[in-house]
This record gives sequence, C-alpha cells and structure tokens, in this order.
Amino acid sequence: MCGIAGIVNVADRHEPPSRELLTSMISAIRYRGPDEYGLYRDRRAGLVHARLSLIDLTAGQQPLANEDKSLWIIYNGEIFNYVELRSELLALGHRFRTHSDTEVIVHAYEAWGVRCFARLNGQWALALWDSKAGRLILSRDRIGVRPLYVREERGRVWFASEVKAIFADPSVPRALDPRGLDQTFTYWASLPPVSLFTGIEELAPGSVREYESDGTKHDTLFWRPSYPVAPPDEYPLSLDEATEALAEKLETATRLRVLRADVPVGSYLSGGLDSSVTAWMGRKAKEGVFRTYSIRFEDAEYDETAYQRAMAATIDSDHQELVVRRSDIARVFPDVVRHTERPVLRTAPAPLFLLSRLVRDSGIKAVLTGEGADEMLAGYDIFREAAIRLFWSRQPHSTARPKLFDRLYPYLARSPQQAKGMALQFWKRGLERAGEPGFSHDPRWWTTSQLKRFFSPGLREAIERRPPGGPLDDLPEEFSRWDPLAQAQYVEVVTLLSGYLISSQGDRMLMAHSVEGRFPFLDADVMEFCNGLPARYKLAGLNEKFILKRVARGIVPESIINRPKQPYRAPDAVSFVEPGAPGYVAELLSEESLRDAGMFDVPAARGLYAKCLARAKDPAGEGVFSNADNMGLVGLLSAQLVHHQLVRARGLVDDARIEYKTLIDRAPIQQLSGTA
Amino acid sequence: MTQEEIRTRVHQFIRKNFLFDEKATLTDDQSLLGSGVVDSTGILELISFLEDTCKIKFEDSELVADNFDTVNRISSFVAHKLA
Repeated sequence: MCGIAGIVNVADRHEPPSRELLTSMISAIRYRGPDEYGLYRDRRAGLVHARLSLIDLTAGQQPLANEDKSLWIIYNGEIFNYVELRSELLALGHRFRTHSDTEVIVHAYEAWGVRCFARLNGQWALALWDSKAGRLILSRDRIGVRPLYVREERGRVWFASEVKAIFADPSVPRALDPRGLDQTFTYWASLPPVSLFTGIEELAPGSVREYESDGTKHDTLFWRPSYPVAPPDEYPLSLDEATEALAEKLETATRLRVLRADVPVGSYLSGGLDSSVTAWMGRKAKEGVFRTYSIRFEDAEYDETAYQRAMAATIDSDHQELVVRRSDIARVFPDVVRHTERPVLRTAPAPLFLLSRLVRDSGIKAVLTGEGADEMLAGYDIFREAAIRLFWSRQPHSTARPKLFDRLYPYLARSPQQAKGMALQFWKRGLERAGEPGFSHDPRWWTTSQLKRFFSPGLREAIERRPPGGPLDDLPEEFSRWDPLAQAQYVEVVTLLSGYLISSQGDRMLMAHSVEGRFPFLDADVMEFCNGLPARYKLAGLNEKFILKRVARGIVPESIINRPKQPYRAPDAVSFVEPGAPGYVAELLSEESLRDAGMFDVPAARGLYAKCLARAKDPAGEGVFSNADNMGLVGLLSAQLVHHQLVRARGLVDDARIEYKTLIDRAPIQQLSGTA
Repeated sequence: MTQEEIRTRVHQFIRKNFLFDEKATLTDDQSLLGSGVVDSTGILELISFLEDTCKIKFEDSELVADNFDTVNRISSFVAHKLA
C-alpha cells in the first residue's frame, strides 16, 4: 500500500519534470507510504513512489522495471493472486528478480498487454511507463479501492493517488468543479471522471487509460458489475450448495489477504455480521495472535460494544477498543476532510480516522474489514425499501402493502401515526416510476438533492450551464434485463460504494495513518460469485443477506446473526454545535468565509447554522436533528473545509526531507532542473 | 388566534426553519413533504412548534400526513381545533 505520483510529457515538447517538483508531490501524500521513497526520471517522465512495505520487505522497492529497464512501474495496492500469475509468467519464460507482486504486474503487462488487468485479483492504482514506446498506462482496480487522479494540459499529464499531490505543483490552478458539487449533493459522491476539482479527473474504477507518444489517449473499461439475465430458476446450485460455495470462496479470499503479507494482518469488528464473518475467517487463516479493533460510542444510540465483545471472545482475539465522543469528531473533522478531499454528508468517517491511528500505534499495518458485503449480498435497507415500493407500486391504492414498512422499520409499528403517515408519504413519491432505472435510489437522491437549496445563485447557474451526468447515463446494455435487486445493487456499487464508502470512509481514513484495508467481500472471485446468485438467495422476502447468515451459522454467535441490522452511524450535526465546539466551525460558517468560497447562499447557510445552534441549546431538542439538518450542516461544513484546505490554502507541501532509497535519474544533465 | 394568524405564523416558521430564506416561494397549497421542504423527521419540529405556539396537543389519531401536508391544511386544522 502506497502513494504514487508522476508527471509525464505524453507529447514530447516539454522540459522533463523537475526532481524538486516530483519530491513535493510525493511529500504531500507521504503518510500513504512512510517506509521508503523512490524516484524515476528520464527525458519525458518522472515517477515517484512512497512505500508502505507489506510484501517482500527487502526487495520490493519502486519504481521497478522489467529486464531491460525500459518499462517502469509505480503502484499502490496488492495483487492477491500474484503467486499464481508469477508461475504462469515463469512458464512463459519471464525472469524475476524479486518476490514482489509489483514485478508480476510488469511482466503480466509485457505478456498480455492491457488485457492483463482483467487477470489481476486485487486492489490497485498504478502507472506503467514504457520509455521505449513513449506510452503511459494508468489503471485502477474493479471497485476503485485505490484512488487515482489525473490532470492533462497541452501534452503533459499529472497523476497521483490524491489530488493534493497534483496541487503540490504551484502551476496547477485550483477550483471546485460545480459538477462535482452537484453530484455530491445528489449521489453522496462525485462520479468518475468528474471529481471535486476543475480540470482534475478521477480515473474510473475497473478501467485502463493509455496515452500514446503522439499524445492521443484511449480508455478501456475492463470490468463493471454484471448480473445474470437468465430466468432465476435456472441457477444450477441449490441454496445449500451455494452457501457452501460462498463460504469456501470467502475463506480463500480472506486467507489470501492474511497470508499474502509479510507483516501481521488484523481485523476491524463493527459488531455486525460482515466483519464478524471476516474476522472469524481471518483468525482461522493463521496461527498466533490475531488482533481486532472496534469503535465504541459514548452516545448509546450508536454503540455496539456488546456484539463486538461477543465476537472477539468467540475468536479469542487480542481486542482493542476506542471510545469516540462527539468532541472527538468535531476536533478531528478538519483532518478527516483533508484526507477525504471531498465533502461528506455524515461524520461517519471521523471515528474510522481515529481507529486507524489506534491500529498503527499498535504496530499493525493492514486490516481486514467487512466492507462490500452489504452491496454484494443485499444488506442495506435501500434494497428492502425498493422491494416494498415495487410491490406497493403494483397496487398503489393498497393500504395493506405499505404495512410491510413496519417489518422493515419495527419502530414504525410502535410509532404514533405521525411518523408513520409521514414516512409513507415519503416512500410513495415516485411510485409510478417502478421499473425505471434508478427507482430504488430515487428516495435517497431526491432527499439529498433538497440540500441544493443551500447552493448560491452563482453555483446554480454554473450547474445549469453545464449539468453533470449521473450514474444512469451510461448503464450496461443488459441492465434492464437484470432482476430489480441486481439493478439496485449495480447503482449502489457505482455510486456509494466506490465514491464514498470505500474511499472517504475506507482508503482515505486508513491511509491517513498508513494502514492498508483488505476487503474479502471485494475479492474478484467473491464478487463474481455473489453477482451470479439469484436475487432470492440474497434478499429472501425481506430477509437481507440471507445466504451470508447461513454461512455465519455455527461460526458467529446467534445474537449477532439475528440482531436487526444497525447502520453504522456517528453523531452528526450535534458534534459541531454543542457548547465548547471548536472555533473553526463558526469561522468557516461565518458570512465572510461563506462569501469567499461562494458555494452557498449566505443567509440560508447562516440560517441553518443558527437553527442547529439553537437546537443544541434547547433542552427538549438537544441532539435531535432532522435528517435534512444533519446532512445539511455536515455537508456545508465539509465543503467549506475542502475549499479552505485545498483551494485556498498555500503551502500544502510538507517540506520534511525525503530521502530516496531508489533513485534512477536518466534526465539529460543539461536539463537537470532542481535537486531533491 | 384566527386562521389567518395561524397561516402567517406557519409561513414564517417554515421559511425560517426549513427554507432559510424569508423571501422563498411557498404557496398555501404546496405539499410540504412532496416538494421536499420538510422531511419526515422535520415534520416533528413543525408539530412541536404548533403545540407550543397555539397551546394545543394533538392526539395520535390526528397526526396524519393529511392534516399537515400544506399550509392551508395546517391552518384550517389548527383553527378548527382551537374553535
């Protein structure tokens, strides 16, 4: 796990990138790989790498080249099937100097060209520089576990794991992209190629980009989530057989993620089903001490301690807990947003930022998590809501059908009529669009879009002039022939999983403290298998993750299997408006700061802030904020932070000295501009 | 309190607390839930406001979307209750 950055003159008419600039770039993201640094430079290209050593600790340095040193790679990630690929490549006559997965990619590319990426099972963001052909290749894993951003201008390409490394070049203009903001306040994330920043592209997950020496480029998608179109009764495996097959595939995926590391791997334990299964399998993969980590909340509403401890006791792990208070969330939030590099609508990343620090301080560099299970096996309420709404839509006048919502949200059955009537009114919206793409996500997108009420007139105009696309613009051809559940799963994966959970709540929070996340449910084989399952094995009636619960029987305590699903949440708006909240909140939501950033309507934003402040003081309303106010305050504050820290800030670069362990400089001496 | 007074107070409350804009467009017949002005948790704020301001208590059976979905319905329902 690492950080990468580089500048390549794809059209050969620029000076070579200076060493000084490359060093500034990697220095900006040094936390991604604090163990070693490497630099490669020639007449046209500069590649820099910050390494977090996990495999082949002594020889896996980067940049790394093929036999004749013409093809160079910098790479962030892990290829979990590299041992198998290595044997295959050896049989084809390739020679290896190291035992690293990095070198396997170089030879795989030599052997199979850009088609090699479809054969990799792992998580990666990488750049390959073919110095002979003058060709630059960029690629990212299927789900986009590892980040990669690109900027092009007049034949020059900048790329990096994080935007701040590109911004380390003072010649790069910095501005927020209205399209990225509009998407964030609809889908919770910007959607590649759009990013939050004008002129900066996010490389799409599951894709390869090739820049040829004449400056032309070519993009290929080598993977997208795909689901069966065949009638579901034709699935060859019985439920028992499928359960067994899933268990086996998950165990293999977990074992690879524990054993393919030359350092110990721990696990997160949330108290839910997914991380419990993952931790159990991780524990089983290797003898010796197994470490687990959990977040506890001082607010009882969010706390899951009892379940976490039950699972830790079951697998006899060395268990560590971190108690998170509202004040902790407010305190670290600016750091959190400096790492997410995008607005967030919930504070949920903040506790994970704190947890990865605990992991690092305990000496562990990689952890397993249960991320991906809810998307692959239909765990989220959004899938169940969509199923009920679809059923209801067939008889929109039925009063019996919407009663199913009581089963989904048991609190509704106990609620006075007020909540119930209002909730039904909400879900009824758009019922007539049943069967259209996006039906499942309509309520979420519509609710989130209401936040655009806070956009400034200038921002609204910019969005109208150039409206961003959405996830429904470019659907796979067979989308409409998939089961409605599969359609909802697809949309969930390409929006929330890739754009928010695995990045803002995943990679960015882990890498902030140099910890790598490993996700068995996002293993290529596991994903293919899950996506191939008939919908009824995943969502049986309204029973979510049905097949995973069967896998869990006998290995996870029944109390965890049978508990109602609890979404992971942290205290939101209340953290920032309590007495004693840090000063930056008032400062960034001041008239002056709001006006300076220009994103939000000043009176509206001030009004929301004032309302939340008043509510925090009101003994009756304390801590009780509507969903709209929670998302609004967190969204506005984080957007202000993004602007303040990434657009306005000067001196993003951490000037601490970088010492290169690998340093290959082939740039002509007369062109040597600047030194490290 | 007359129905007209209630209507004015409700307008002010919604503009200040949900639209955050004194001049925002809000018609008397606009569906508050349907147009996204108030969400299902926000409606509770509105109900508490009415109970406090008008010194009334709503029964569970009265708390249905039909009574609270537009400014018109709210003001006529509350006026009826006060009468």
